[in-house]
Amino acid sequence: MIEIKDLSKSFNDHQVLDRVNLTINTGETTVIIGRSGCGKSVLLKHMIGLLKPDEGSVVIGGVDVASLSGRELNEVRLKFGMLFQSAALFDSMTVFENVAFPLREHTQTPPAALEQRVHECLQLVGLQEIDELYPSALSGGMRKRVGLARALAMNPEIVLYDEPTTGIDPIMGDIINGLIVALRDRLKVTSVVVTHDMRSAYKVADRIAMLYNGGIIEVGTPEQIRGSKNPIIQQFIKGEATGPIQEGLPDRRVLSRWSLRSHVNLQ
Amino acid sequence: MIGRFSGPFLETTAAAGTRAVELFWYTGSLCLLFVQTVGGAVARPLRGNAVAREISKIGIQSWFIVSISALFIGMVLAFQSAYQMKKLAAEIYIASLVSLSVVREIGPVMTALIVAGRVGSAIAAELGTMKVTEQIDALTTLAVDPVKFLVVPRFLAILVALPLLTLWADAIGILGGFIIGTMKLGVLPSLYWKMATLPLVFKDLFSGLLKSFIFGMIICIVSCFEGFRTEGGAEGVGRTTTVAVVVSFLLIIAADCICTAMFYFVWR
Repeated sequence: MIEIKDLSKSFNDHQVLDRVNLTINTGETTVIIGRSGCGKSVLLKHMIGLLKPDEGSVVIGGVDVASLSGRELNEVRLKFGMLFQSAALFDSMTVFENVAFPLREHTQTPPAALEQRVHECLQLVGLQEIDELYPSALSGGMRKRVGLARALAMNPEIVLYDEPTTGIDPIMGDIINGLIVALRDRLKVTSVVVTHDMRSAYKVADRIAMLYNGGIIEVGTPEQIRGSKNPIIQQFIKGEATGPIQEGLPDRRVLSRWSLRSHVNLQ
Repeated sequence: MIGRFSGPFLETTAAAGTRAVELFWYTGSLCLLFVQTVGGAVARPLRGNAVAREISKIGIQSWFIVSISALFIGMVLAFQSAYQMKKLAAEIYIASLVSLSVVREIGPVMTALIVAGRVGSAIAAELGTMKVTEQIDALTTLAVDPVKFLVVPRFLAILVALPLLTLWADAIGILGGFIIGTMKLGVLPSLYWKMATLPLVFKDLFSGLLKSFIFGMIICIVSCFEGFRTEGGAEGVGRTTTVAVVVSFLLIIAADCICTAMFYFVWR
């Protein structure tokens, strides 16, 4: 179980997270939704100890992550797999070397077994015969799948997904969603998914938490979130421009003059 | 009382104070990375293959440009000293002047500056790109220490490669002087060789090589540190690369000054 207690974080006087409280249950998939730049990835990075909170704590299995030494933290990290938004594959390594990397670093797996494990992981994400390719030769979707294969190579207990379906086609997105569900159902993996793709959220989530203005404003099952009375949640899940969330709306006065001005400027 | 020091004076003092704090922070961060790197270098496992790969990369990247630069600098030194020595009818001392200048100063400093420009910038750009594309975060999440994985092999490699390149540059620089001395100025080859090696003592070679060790540490730590703190995208990587080279240059020159003072004026 991961417990996030009163977690606050700011960057250059900008408060990103403000006393966030959230519990991630073991064996469940928790999806954190929210607008771009609202601090979802920052929250995810606190869970794996990439960032230290200004206040509050992240407790994993009864241990506060921020209080651990580097070596202890690395032991906790071995329980995790993380899929980054950009996949974060190592440019200087081939696909095979990327997936084999955690196994080579942390296990004494013989070469034949290592090869078999890498191919298993790649097949799990639907990739074959790309062992010798470098990340620069892969499409966005393939990179993401290789990143997922690398995250799964060590059989993690907890997998963190940062925007797993962003930047890939809808079919591949659905395949990745199916994988997240299969990992939970078959291997009882605890998953935390950060996304603003509601289709993906509904498909994979046991519980959905909405992050807004630095805090979690509601947590519930997909059905509870769908039926939420909170207008902020309703606006977000329906993807409507009008509603209580106003940031990012175009200036109406500029918009109304836009076509005329553009025309004049182009004369 | 405060009113007397308000306005531009206060602003200038505050700005100077901020810069001083930043300088302390920067120096402290470099020292911390140095300590972490040395700690990582003595801890097991040592990534021998990675070190060997980096040595060959540094050597291949810099060998040709170091050779050409050293040859021309040796030649220029011979020409410049000949111009002065002719007035004193002391052309024979050109060989000694060239070899001493090259081994003590020009070989180590010129090689370090070339490696800082060629290799230091490449290290800063590579680590900077890894930082902005979350590859360093990925290493951390895979429970691998980025300092041990990325900095230590480069640090050990540059400590081997830079002194070797310096020795090579010394030899080529002396060869440059030899070419001008014998072909243009008419000094006998055997005499030139004798005069070039006569004034050289072990201390000259040792101080040059020790300097190149220190310069290697500076280049690696500054470049890796700048790479690790890269922010933003391509612009950030470009800025990082420039800063890494500029800071390395300044620290190399400063360290050279301190080392020379120590070797030739303090521990004589």
